[in-house]
Amino acid sequence: MRWITTTNHKDIGSLYLLLALLMFFIGGAMAMVIRAELFQPGMQLVDPQFFNSMTTVHALVMIFGAVMPAFTGLANWLIPMMIGAPDMALPRLNNFSFWILPFAFTLLISTFFMDGGAPAGGWTLYPPLVLQTGAAFPFVIFAIHLMGISSIMGSINVVVTILNMRAPGMTLMKMPLFAWTWLITAYLLIATMPVLAGAVTMLLTDKFAGTSFFSAAGGGDPVMFQHIFWFFGHPEVYILILPAFGIVSAIVPTFARKPLFGYSSMVYATASIAFLSFIVWAHHMFTVGMPVVGELFFMYATMMIAVPTGVKVFNWVSTMWKGSMTFETPMLFAIGFIFMFTIGGFSGLMLAIAPADFQYHDTYFVVAHFHYVLVTGAVYSIMAATYYWLPKWTGNMYDERLGKLHFWISTISVNVLFFPQHFLGLAGMPRRIPDYSVQFADWNMISSIGGFVFGLSQLMFAYVVFKTIRGGEKASDQVWEGAQGLEWTLPSPAPYHSFTDAPVVK
Amino acid sequence: MAHASDHYYVPHGSYWPIIASVGLTIGVVGAASAFNGSSTGYAVLAVGLAIIFYMMFGWFGTVIRESLKGEYNEQVDRSFRQGMMWFIFSEVMFFAAFFGALFYARMLSVPWLLGEDSGAATHEFLWSSFNEAWPTNGPAGVGGEFQTVGAWGIPALNTLLLLSSGVTITLSHWALKANDRAKTVLWLVATVLLGAVFLGFQAYEYIHAYHELNLTLESGIYGSTFFMLTGFHGFHVTLGTIMLIVITIRAAKGHFTPDNHFAFEGVAWYWHFVDVVWLGLFIFVYVL
Ligand code: HEM
Ligand SMILES: [Cu+2]
Repeated sequence: MRWITTTNHKDIGSLYLLLALLMFFIGGAMAMVIRAELFQPGMQLVDPQFFNSMTTVHALVMIFGAVMPAFTGLANWLIPMMIGAPDMALPRLNNFSFWILPFAFTLLISTFFMDGGAPAGGWTLYPPLVLQTGAAFPFVIFAIHLMGISSIMGSINVVVTILNMRAPGMTLMKMPLFAWTWLITAYLLIATMPVLAGAVTMLLTDKFAGTSFFSAAGGGDPVMFQHIFWFFGHPEVYILILPAFGIVSAIVPTFARKPLFGYSSMVYATASIAFLSFIVWAHHMFTVGMPVVGELFFMYATMMIAVPTGVKVFNWVSTMWKGSMTFETPMLFAIGFIFMFTIGGFSGLMLAIAPADFQYHDTYFVVAHFHYVLVTGAVYSIMAATYYWLPKWTGNMYDERLGKLHFWISTISVNVLFFPQHFLGLAGMPRRIPDYSVQFADWNMISSIGGFVFGLSQLMFAYVVFKTIRGGEKASDQVWEGAQGLEWTLPSPAPYHSFTDAPVVK
Repeated sequence: MAHASDHYYVPHGSYWPIIASVGLTIGVVGAASAFNGSSTGYAVLAVGLAIIFYMMFGWFGTVIRESLKGEYNEQVDRSFRQGMMWFIFSEVMFFAAFFGALFYARMLSVPWLLGEDSGAATHEFLWSSFNEAWPTNGPAGVGGEFQTVGAWGIPALNTLLLLSSGVTITLSHWALKANDRAKTVLWLVATVLLGAVFLGFQAYEYIHAYHELNLTLESGIYGSTFFMLTGFHGFHVTLGTIMLIVITIRAAKGHFTPDNHFAFEGVAWYWHFVDVVWLGLFIFVYVL
């Protein structure tokens, strides 16, 4: 019962993180099916409809079920400790935000057992294709509504906590970057999730209530859906990466034993990324037939995002410059993040060039791009954060040897998995297909092998985490020699209520 | 900022959130099955809604009791206020999606269907006989011939009603601040009545549109945007009116003091938000 009624930010944070881990493995299993089918050309294991369901639900589960809840879990655990608060500002709402999710994902996954199977039109839900979904259709829409409600309430909580619950003296510009990036992420969520809700509601009424939003016959336009969706969708990808920036900005200074280089420029870069993310959405739609001015505007605006992103990478590298560095597991993941996220940033820049995107669009090149930013970006940061703060949460040290092993196996295999997909895409292999012509066979097989190894090596992560929860060498309160911030002034494991009296920040 | 000596307040655990999740889930499962043509769907939906209503009574009741006992400090009050403001912001963005659809259709996709700009070939080869600018139900004339609702009849009257209700609720707020309970309640009742009359007119207008103008939800893009925008707005007015009724009762019971009445202000903000959305609707849906 404690877990069902809890209003404690640590309990709720743990629930979020556990849900995220579970969904990570469910989504991962779907990815294994995808890579198994693509191991060789020809139809091997599953029928095309099911294959498409796999790609669709894999994406929805990973985005809404794994990465977002993991970040929210981290926010729950860390933000009150970082800003010197006792808990989140609205603890019962916090509980509600979490407990919607298990239901929402049960609904989503249950669609596999419905007439016509799970949705198979892609996670982007483009009409008219998505309107052909069978009995699953309204269930998917409502599952998305529920996830949206959960994220909006969770974000309201984060914003209010940060704006209202800081300890005396903790001015905004003294906050750890994780709090800053989450503040801005939460703002993006509150601004865009309702737009997604609107878009899917229009899908629902187009299918069941006879509206014509996305039907040209009635004067609507299917491309309109894409505009509304990506108005949500592009800020969403930043929702998936900004908290990661905050995590890396916490870990790199600790293990370089130097303060973060350019703190205030980091804050401004985050804010400008958030602003720009609202005016670049149509870079996902270069090939739909937009007017040329549109193509140009969205091309230049997109390229501009590379500037604040570059500022961040520069600052992380400068933080490490001449630092006395050590390479514990969190740092390895953070450095891995910096390298591989930057690869994804560069492929993003290539995609941003509208004429070039006519070649790349809907190929495996795009798949490689977003997996570099999402897997070796967002997911790596979550793993870095887990290793970094786990001793604070549990009071126990994780197994450093296994952690490092996990990092190296993951990093090698993830590159074997995704790097060849650049080549496949450039050579013209389309995404979201279960079969392909034979010239793509070699790289696909290599990619699949990388995929299986990467998938299996994540079991190691789960093993290390659970082992640390159960016991292990006791961690000190400071845990990491170079760590700064209020959370390290608390005992390990952190007490049930972080700060019952406000600490004073100098 | 709370003084360092003030203890923080953290509410105790509660079953209401899980009840809310269960209610929501049952509700959407029911609605989804109903959409899929299952005859039990509506019953399941009704059960879900019943649970949600029960939950709202319970959850808000708990909060009201705790608040009356004076358990909340100033910081909690601020959290509630800020939370409400961000919630209203999210609602604004929800309407933005539908306004966006309206603008996109009127200013881009319909002109393209008529052959402007890059739509020239589409027009020529697919819909060459289509020549009807806004208001339109598209090249296929989905839903059949229809007429639109004039702006200067009921909609203008409704604008007046809502604007006056914005005034009455402010008068009520002033009365509350002056600790004049009778006037507070009186102006609140006036606000509720204005809201109710608005809803009545809106219902009348819908009936009129369906029966005499053949303007329905299925009247192509015009009908879609018209009914979804005004419909969601009407739904929010309904919610707002219910919320107003609740705070009227609470004001009559003397729950609010001149310097502690978050619930009142939260509802008032919500009401102003509904008001502003209506102004947008009046201009962009009815007048222009
Ligand atoms: C330098 C920054 C970035 C640029 C310039 C950029 C650019 C682009 C472009 C132009 C596309 C569309 C490609 C196409 O469909 O033809 C794209 C797709 C995508 N990007 Fe990025 N991107 C950047 C960073 C990110 C980040 C940080 C994330 C997430 C963490 C991300 C996630 C995605 C996803 C998920 C897609 C594919 C969506 C889909 O079609 O399913 N990108 N990116
Ligand atoms: Cu994008």
